[in-house]
Amino acid sequence: MATVMDKGNTALRDARLEIEEFNYEYADTLDRFDVDGWVEYFTEDALYHVIARDNAESGLPLGLIYCEGKAMMKDRAYALLNTEMFAPRYLHLSITNTRALAIDGDLIRATANYTLVETLVEELSRVQQVGKYHDVFQRTGGGLLLKERRCIFDSVMIDNCLVFPV
Amino acid sequence: MDGNKDIRTTDATRDAPALVWPDDDTLIPDWIYTDQRIYDLELEKIFLGRHWNYVGLDCEVPEPGNYFRSYVGPLPVVVTRDADDQVHVFENRCAHRGVEFCREYRGTADSFICPYHNWTYNLKGDLTAVPFRRGVKGKGGMPADFDMADRGLRKFHVETRGGVIFATACDDMVSVEEYLGPVIAAEFDATFDGSEMKLLGVHRNILPSNWKLYQENLKDPYHATLLHTYLTTFGLFVSSNESNIPVDPTGRHGGLLSRRPEGRPDVSEEEQANMQAFKEAMPLNDPRVLEFIREFDSKWSGSVLTIFPTLTALRQTNILNTRLLVPRGPNEFMMIWTVFGRASDDEEMTRHRLRQNNIFGPAGFLGIEDNEALKFLQDGIRKSMPRDGLALLGDDDEPVDTIITERSIRAMYRYYRDVMGL
Repeated sequence: MATVMDKGNTALRDARLEIEEFNYEYADTLDRFDVDGWVEYFTEDALYHVIARDNAESGLPLGLIYCEGKAMMKDRAYALLNTEMFAPRYLHLSITNTRALAIDGDLIRATANYTLVETLVEELSRVQQVGKYHDVFQRTGGGLLLKERRCIFDSVMIDNCLVFPV
Repeated sequence: MDGNKDIRTTDATRDAPALVWPDDDTLIPDWIYTDQRIYDLELEKIFLGRHWNYVGLDCEVPEPGNYFRSYVGPLPVVVTRDADDQVHVFENRCAHRGVEFCREYRGTADSFICPYHNWTYNLKGDLTAVPFRRGVKGKGGMPADFDMADRGLRKFHVETRGGVIFATACDDMVSVEEYLGPVIAAEFDATFDGSEMKLLGVHRNILPSNWKLYQENLKDPYHATLLHTYLTTFGLFVSSNESNIPVDPTGRHGGLLSRRPEGRPDVSEEEQANMQAFKEAMPLNDPRVLEFIREFDSKWSGSVLTIFPTLTALRQTNILNTRLLVPRGPNEFMMIWTVFGRASDDEEMTRHRLRQNNIFGPAGFLGIEDNEALKFLQDGIRKSMPRDGLALLGDDDEPVDTIITERSIRAMYRYYRDVMGL
């Protein structure tokens, strides 16, 4: 497999830069609670799966969030913004260590580390979730979109609840 | 300031006299959720008392040698299946110095070796090997009368019903069936009907509230359509659904049973007027999430059982889960959600259950709200001036299809007071 370390392999390096830009925008969208906007980072048939690392490593499929297709993500966005009761909070999603692993036609396989820090009223900031994205991006006329984002989180013990997607 | 007579202003006045329960069934004193003495007494009277404690499911230890970490009340235990297919539950604490030796969520082993001094236990919890038993060069080692048979892990009695594993420290305990009572046992058996289960995964979260508040939450049909706007917005549940709130004869177990009508429920003007957060019904972009595939021999499409002390068992549409409440001090508990399907599920049925499970769990539409509400509740109880809570709604002898009621909460606390001697 060609890697970004191969001399002269600029395609993966370019892809990585493009994905970093994408992830920065993605994080900012969620930091602004724009869950409707978050949905637009995905293809119509996208898979979005937030899964605890112990389940993933035991071959157990249960997700904390499991969306097959953009329609399910839209329903989650609507429910969060219009029906859900939760404490006010600030969100701070950091996405780092982005790696483009392979390019296959219009698909790019990539990973990145993510950390979600939440701050609630009169509480200290705390790490709500730390994990790794396992992504498949699709190149479209309008730029990159996520065809698959599997968020495998190390922070198996969740502090109360996870309100917003990561 | 109202409610003056309820205010105990200093720690000294709280500590000096014994904690006294108000002489009124509709009042619940707040110290049962915050006082360390109550917490300590619960270990003795409840978790180590005459109760069956849920610890896990058969499908978590499908093969001989499988094990997982669990809890009896706040006490760490290991659940194993031995070579003879017997399930065992023993303390996760080495008999020697006390090390919590099993550190993996789950796995497969033929023995457990404490890493500190290599004391070795088999899958039944018996001590099978101790290094340097005779010392070195004739010096040191165990006393001559050391008997490994006396030094095993502390074991709990185990009974499995319908694939659900219970443990008790009580040596002359009644059967699980008798413990549940006929009404609750019938509902329990409707979900755990003996068909083979398939583990789909486990959620874990820590809630900054007292464990009893979670049992109350699932005995409380009053909050369902008021807090959970998701239910009414997407047509999963409204207060006029046919419902049943059974309580076992002792009061300790309960159920919330409901039947979802075909199509969208009809929300009356009376209901709408009472629901602040009511939204006009919305269609889902992906209606598969709420699709109901009939699979159980029960008239109820939703069944939540609260089995005292720390099990809740849910069958909602095609979502199946158990929740184990693990107390971690008066102000905190851990919840272990075990989500399962059936061994006979095909891939599409498994995916259907996974899609539907977005409703529950620590990021579920109902889970988020219950966890947040209970956190706010514990904050209020823990930080504010003492004051009794109210459980006023409904009557104790009302028909069991009454839904705007707190009868089931009162019943649990009548039992609780009795067993705790309060």
